[in-house]
Amino acid sequence: MEAQEFKSNQYVRFCPGCGDHAILAALTKAMAQIGVPTHETVVISGIGCSSRMPHYLNTYGFNTIHGRGGAIATGVKTSHPELTVWQMSGDGDCLAIGGNHFIHEIRRNVNLNICLFNNRIYGLTKGQYSPTSPKGFVSKSSPFGTVERPFVPAELVMGARGTFFARTLDVDMPTAVDCMVKAHQHKGASVIECLVNCVIFNNGTHSWIADRETRAERSIVLRHGEKMIFGKDNDKGLALDYTNRLIPRLIVVAADDERVLVHDAHEQDPTLHRMLALMGQERYENANAEVQDELPIALGVIRDVEAETYDEAVNKQINEVRSQSHAKTFDELTATLEQW
Amino acid sequence: MKNVVIRFCGDSGDGMQLTGNMFSSLSAILGDEISTLPDFPAEIRAPQGTLGGVSGFQVNLGQGVYTPGDKADVIVAMNAAALKVCVMNKLFHDHAIIIVDTDTFTKVDLEKAQYKTDNPFEELAIKESVQIVPVALTSLTKESLKDSGLDNKSILKSRNMFALGLVCWLFDRPIDKAIHFLEEKFQKKPALIPNNVKVLTDGYNYGQNLALNVIHLDRSAEGIWSMDRSAEGKNKHTLIAGNKATAWGLIAAAQRCGKRLFLGSYPITPATDIMHELAGRKDMNVMVVQAEDEIAGVCTAIGASFAGDLACTSTSGPGLSLKSEAIGLAVMAELPLVVIDVQRGGPSTGLPTKTEQTDLLQAVYGRNGECPVVVMAASNSANCFDYAYRACKIALENMTPVILMTDTYLANGSSVWQIPQLAELPEICPQTVPEELKGQYNPALRDSHSIRYWAIPGMEGFEHRNIGLERDAQTGVISTKPDNHEQMVRARQAKIDQIVEQLPLLEVQGNAQSDTLLVGWGSTEGHLRAAANELNCALAHLNYINPMPKNTAEVMKRYKRVIVCELNTGQLATILRSRVSDVVFEQYNEIQGQPFSVERIVEWVRK
Repeated sequence: MEAQEFKSNQYVRFCPGCGDHAILAALTKAMAQIGVPTHETVVISGIGCSSRMPHYLNTYGFNTIHGRGGAIATGVKTSHPELTVWQMSGDGDCLAIGGNHFIHEIRRNVNLNICLFNNRIYGLTKGQYSPTSPKGFVSKSSPFGTVERPFVPAELVMGARGTFFARTLDVDMPTAVDCMVKAHQHKGASVIECLVNCVIFNNGTHSWIADRETRAERSIVLRHGEKMIFGKDNDKGLALDYTNRLIPRLIVVAADDERVLVHDAHEQDPTLHRMLALMGQERYENANAEVQDELPIALGVIRDVEAETYDEAVNKQINEVRSQSHAKTFDELTATLEQW
Repeated sequence: MKNVVIRFCGDSGDGMQLTGNMFSSLSAILGDEISTLPDFPAEIRAPQGTLGGVSGFQVNLGQGVYTPGDKADVIVAMNAAALKVCVMNKLFHDHAIIIVDTDTFTKVDLEKAQYKTDNPFEELAIKESVQIVPVALTSLTKESLKDSGLDNKSILKSRNMFALGLVCWLFDRPIDKAIHFLEEKFQKKPALIPNNVKVLTDGYNYGQNLALNVIHLDRSAEGIWSMDRSAEGKNKHTLIAGNKATAWGLIAAAQRCGKRLFLGSYPITPATDIMHELAGRKDMNVMVVQAEDEIAGVCTAIGASFAGDLACTSTSGPGLSLKSEAIGLAVMAELPLVVIDVQRGGPSTGLPTKTEQTDLLQAVYGRNGECPVVVMAASNSANCFDYAYRACKIALENMTPVILMTDTYLANGSSVWQIPQLAELPEICPQTVPEELKGQYNPALRDSHSIRYWAIPGMEGFEHRNIGLERDAQTGVISTKPDNHEQMVRARQAKIDQIVEQLPLLEVQGNAQSDTLLVGWGSTEGHLRAAANELNCALAHLNYINPMPKNTAEVMKRYKRVIVCELNTGQLATILRSRVSDVVFEQYNEIQGQPFSVERIVEWVRK
């Protein structure tokens, strides 16, 4: 299938230069690679810039209300597990107003592909801080800087017992497409944090890793089964350091160091996945702090483990009870009543 | 006597609801008409023996039964607190019989129930015409189970069965039927059966052998006890509670139109039994999602509706408030959705276990924007089935959310239900898009009745984007054009308005020639019928509030005096005043968390 088949005839209204354009392009490419036809694909969204996404896709789509995309997608997928269901959401939609639905769709492990567009700002309401804005961030609703601690989405996902977490970047198309395809292949709630730039209200929010010259030094693309190596010249690797520590920490070593770790996204224990996902996140803890990053920011599929999905389990239970029950129709049901 | 009102009351752990339900079922099977009123506190187990912990179950049985009765003819009081609550709330007639457990009047019991003296009967100033029947229920139960090997706590839990046995004797209920019921009830815990049967039988025999001297009840008069209705018609009957009837109405509707029933819901008193019932009906292919909150309850249902199921959500007042934005989405997206609001006392958390009709204006108007939905109400426990069924039919055929109102009184109370066959129920034809529209479909396309077509994911060539934003009337895509918005607002309203053609006309019950008309809606029908009978006046009872039956104004205008009776401060009256001109609507309102008192309505109308 071609990416073109997944594009609707609607004019794309994201601002020129917005990172969402790139994610839309990646998504249609991924959908074409996945190959599920448009009429069996459903895209659900809430409210926000990212939630406009269904309009631009030639699938079944439902642009709903703020924050509730997760619950609505849960209803679609659970009632009709044969459909491929995507959810488009942003850091406000998913982590603020829709936070409850977000953690519960992850906890239940509903087989959804969730794109969480993180631009660390409310764009559609014209520039208020979001749950991922760094502490001290100055915005229209925080003219003196925020006093709140932000969420790290990966930490929230793993805290909710998430089975899949990937992180990608608007300017890195191959990784974005790869993460989306893998999210689809994964059975369960797959969260893809898409780091996107808001060119109008939060320009450059991800420039630390988005800039072409420095990206290779400041980020690492994790691939299951491969050594954790990064750097312009692929000369650096990640290792665990236990020196004088009860709990190890990640450190940067030379790429040929025998301690360099091999990425295992399928490991059930989330400890290392969480450590990897948290690398470089102190940069977003505090807008004003001078951060001397050594560790790169992790991109790619960080966690991808198996667990029974909610939609499967619900349908399985119904089928089991039905196959064992004598009464299957309303008239058979009423016949079981004490009556006269 | 044509009918008798019995009230069982005791601690909320005393099993009064079970006792009352068993006695009601037993009586219904014997042919009595039944109306029940479970009346329990919000606390699951309030401190034992206190006034706050008293749980009651009232049943009216006999002939011409429209309500659970204002006041009881027979009271079974399991402890001193229960007796006091009955007296304080004037729950019995002057010639009532009160059976009391004399073992529960120790000094400690009296203190817990806040008696001030050592002589409770004197202190309560119970009239002499009331017959007090002292029975040492606790000691007799202990005696009955002394060889059972049960511990004291378990023995005390069986007191209710002794009381039930006693009442079965008092009203000539055959003990074998009661035993059969008990066996059914404890099917899953067979170990409990022998002891319970023993206590029940001993209670029955106690009445028979030790000659309880009950004088006022003429048990031989006008036989209400042995009426056999099994020959009547081909349909069988059963006793059903409102929540169960509601759940079964949804099941029937789904099966009638070949859709799967989906319920998204969150636990809330007094609606939760609907979810309980449906969660157990996987054999009927019902899918239940117990959501993370009220909003997710309705939203999962909207998702299932978008995907083509018959989707419902059940809730009570506070939950309806939380769901309002999402109901607006279903209005805008024009998706079928059934919202069941089992009303309780409000506002806020209010009176969770009590009954009230205070959500009407919320249901009709409580959303942002011009946001019309169908609002309808069941009017007795059994017809919750019919109205749940019709709510589904209207939603599926008109692509609209429907709010079905019931309340605590209907939900927990039971009445006799004539069991229908599925094929007898009206056909349901969902507004599925015709195949000819393949390739040209968009979500704004509607038929000549202004009803949008439903295309379901999985259908090839009908891919579309549905939205909560305003859409273009022609293309179905987002539109902010001024004229288009007005056109769409009116189209959504027209769709609801045309449903009036699908509704039955408003009927006048009682004495249509009278110059006084009582008007009510929802669960008060039984009480208002009883009041109208006594007043020899007319009654117009509404089951459809939005839209209203098209002869509503015409009916109201026929009467000199029109009195709108509601368990709120006048919500239907407010709506009627905005829709019916040239009629002066008087109001009779009670807001006590209880069903109407027929006596008080009659008195007020006559004054």
